[in-house]
Amino acid sequence: MVPPDKLSQAPPLVRQGQEHYLNLMTTHSLERKLAILSDAARYDASCASSGTSKRNSKDGKGLGSTEGSGICHAYAPDGRCISLLKILMTNFCIFDCAYCVNRVSSNTERARFSVDEVVKLTLEFYRRNYIEGLFLSSGIIQSPDKTMEDMVRIAKKLRLEENFRGYIHLKTIPEASEELIEQAGLYADRVSINVEMPTDASVTQYAPEKKPDTIRRAMAGVRMRKEAAKEKSHTGKRPPRFAPAGQSTQMIIGADGSNDATILGQSTRLYSSYGLKRVYYSAFSPIPDATAKLPLIKPPLMREHRLYQADWLMRFYGFDATEITAGTDGNLDLSIDPKLAWALRNRHAFPVDPMRADRETLLRVPGFGERTVQRIIAARRHRRLRWDDLARMGANMKNARPFVSLLDWTPGALLDSPDLAARFAPKPEQLSLF
Amino acid sequence: MPHVALPHIGTDTAWRDAARGLVSRGVPPSEVTWSRGAAEADLFATPPEEIAPASKTISVPRSFVELANTVIWHSDPERFARLYALLWRLGSEKGLMEDRGDADLAKLRAMEKAVRRDRHKMTAFVRFREIGAPDQPRRRFAAWFEPTHHTLEPTAPFFARRFADMDWMIATPDLTAVFEDGALGFAEGQPKPEIPDDATEELWGTYFRNIFNPARLKVGAMMSEMPKKYWKNLPEARHIPEMIASAESRARAMQEAAPTLPPLRAAKITERLAAPRVLRPMADDLDQLKAEENACTRCPLYENATQAVPGEGPRDADLMVVGEQPGDQEDLAGRPFVGPAGQMFDRIAREAGIERDRAFVTNAVKHFKFTPKGKRRIHQNPNTSEIKACRFWVKSEIELIRPKLILSMGGTAAESLTGSRKGILSRRGSIEATEGGVPVFLTVHPSYLLRLPDPALREDETEKFRADLKSAQAHLEELRAQ
Repeated sequence: MVPPDKLSQAPPLVRQGQEHYLNLMTTHSLERKLAILSDAARYDASCASSGTSKRNSKDGKGLGSTEGSGICHAYAPDGRCISLLKILMTNFCIFDCAYCVNRVSSNTERARFSVDEVVKLTLEFYRRNYIEGLFLSSGIIQSPDKTMEDMVRIAKKLRLEENFRGYIHLKTIPEASEELIEQAGLYADRVSINVEMPTDASVTQYAPEKKPDTIRRAMAGVRMRKEAAKEKSHTGKRPPRFAPAGQSTQMIIGADGSNDATILGQSTRLYSSYGLKRVYYSAFSPIPDATAKLPLIKPPLMREHRLYQADWLMRFYGFDATEITAGTDGNLDLSIDPKLAWALRNRHAFPVDPMRADRETLLRVPGFGERTVQRIIAARRHRRLRWDDLARMGANMKNARPFVSLLDWTPGALLDSPDLAARFAPKPEQLSLF
Repeated sequence: MPHVALPHIGTDTAWRDAARGLVSRGVPPSEVTWSRGAAEADLFATPPEEIAPASKTISVPRSFVELANTVIWHSDPERFARLYALLWRLGSEKGLMEDRGDADLAKLRAMEKAVRRDRHKMTAFVRFREIGAPDQPRRRFAAWFEPTHHTLEPTAPFFARRFADMDWMIATPDLTAVFEDGALGFAEGQPKPEIPDDATEELWGTYFRNIFNPARLKVGAMMSEMPKKYWKNLPEARHIPEMIASAESRARAMQEAAPTLPPLRAAKITERLAAPRVLRPMADDLDQLKAEENACTRCPLYENATQAVPGEGPRDADLMVVGEQPGDQEDLAGRPFVGPAGQMFDRIAREAGIERDRAFVTNAVKHFKFTPKGKRRIHQNPNTSEIKACRFWVKSEIELIRPKLILSMGGTAAESLTGSRKGILSRRGSIEATEGGVPVFLTVHPSYLLRLPDPALREDETEKFRADLKSAQAHLEELRAQ
């Protein structure tokens, strides 16, 4: 916080915010509001700013660019990328979701940004190269429509009045009217709707005001609009693009009793049904002023990590959810990655000869990434590959060792040795007292 | 022995020109030395302009050009020689660029990666401070940055594309980029200039501290992406030590805090939102029926579908059309017959003289059954128990609409309406009846036509289907006349 004596010499940004706020009921400074409303936004995992249409401001009339890949402008000590100004428009909320710090029954401090404040903050941060754009979410005030309307106004002002060409992600409110979601998609690069929990039953239990079928229908609506925006009309005109960076969603891991098989099954369904770009998994993390309904735990960060790895296997490595969790108790092994775990359970499929195996098979070798596989396929046309070649191509040979046979390497009995799994287990570690 | 001294600005094109000239003169890599800027006096040095321009065009793979354009900015003094050596080898070794196992190439690829990363980190970690008055038409900003490699020149255009409506300067020890009135220029490097404080950095620090979740401390992950060498020019970095130090106690405090009593307004709001739900025992109206279908959990299909897809059409329709189940599009839209098979039915029905708008269309099963496959959903046939569970809704719709004739399309509809799906091809065109005695005209499902691969056969079958629909329409008209 800026000490009060410094406020007199505060920059125009701060001064303007203050003047504006004199008209409102609370007297938080812009800085205090930013503190409250970013604190409230930190539980959203998404930070992506990639994959949208390419834009720039070379014409000198606007500000900003997007060039395909996103940029993480900073990292906080939680290891998370800070790419967007991720804030809530307000943390007042009429809903009472047990896992959420902003639920109506919590005594957390409340604040609300004006449209102009969010616009100004976004632009001033952007100009100084702190961020790629804005990720705006909100508690629900008055009604879903009223809230969504204000959020759309912010995006619209950024785009149309300020000519902002950076990235905008709007968290849409599933209960809001279709017209508002339509508008959101016109100004935002990405829209997202959180499924919140891995099962309908958990949503009903922990977020009583949210309806799982309304959430699904809203996601279906986004997919349909996106598809409709791709079709040319009979005059050959292309309709305006709708959320070019697609839609994503998030579910909280570890708050309810769902196992990993259930979670991955839900993701599979979401990916296939609504063309989602990403499903984010958010380890349930302690919140200030928690409810007695949902006792706080240490956030299951390793579990979250393994779920992301499994998610990757499903999207890029040709695995399906059932394979990943088959032969387990329904939960992923926390000590080794899910691909290695799968290979250890399916040793009959190995060793694989990188000179002969097809792409699908190579992708299943532990230690081989997508790019390594691509390199193997390109290089083996010209010559035989050896151990060192694979290492240079980026393969993790420590993991691949038992699962490949090469000109100068065969795993022999290693592949079938009973202690193979133990070799990969991490070294025992002193437990933390806390 | 030729020595090539490359300029500080435009090093990339200068190297390319020199390398081209050297290759075309047949100068092997062992006989040339390189430097950026004038090297220590070399009596035998040849200024680049005296190297003969390429007498013949040299063709190299595009991937080499891309590699060279990046590696050239690396800080390793050997980079020019390494690139030239690879270029030399390319003349005789085909496929070299695709061989990631080659040691020379692997080294250059590693350098390329380092430069890419350095460029990326520059786009991420440059921090502008405002140096002009904020109310000027073109605002002015400046930044000081210390890259690991010579990456300002190739990266400056990124900032020009992004910050085109303001003037800015990025100073590095090696080079300075200046963007004024839309024009980008470069000047020699300079010692760190005095750039005045910018108060927005306070706000940015506030954001940085508050977006951090103290319960998820992962310092290693932060350090690998934002190494300490960058911290001195990042205004937010000064908060990091305190954030790490207090994280554990903050997280513990959250866990130990006793739950509080909700504020008074909470109960009122929650009460207002908990809308009263009256469950009526029997559907007495179409909207009510739709709502009930949507809440249906009689079989497990509701778990995966987006929504139930109820029948649709005029209340007084005398023709009811029953298909199999909603498909992908119907499931998304919540409306029957909007997907490819539905559109095909609409077209052929119109050709057969059926007044499509006056028909009530619905499905034997109300939820979409599918198996997920990547980004698509593969249609699955509903099984007998699912059809049976859903028959309740079909019956309710029949009772409500009271059609004179039901057009049953496909095996699933036949099973639902008549109790049997056997021999549908031999039963098509005939009229059976529901349990309740409503006449049922049987035909195939239009998706059957869509699946036929042979165009001639498809044409044939489409004709038969059209004939079925005509005959159904004729029958309907007879029934109307009665």
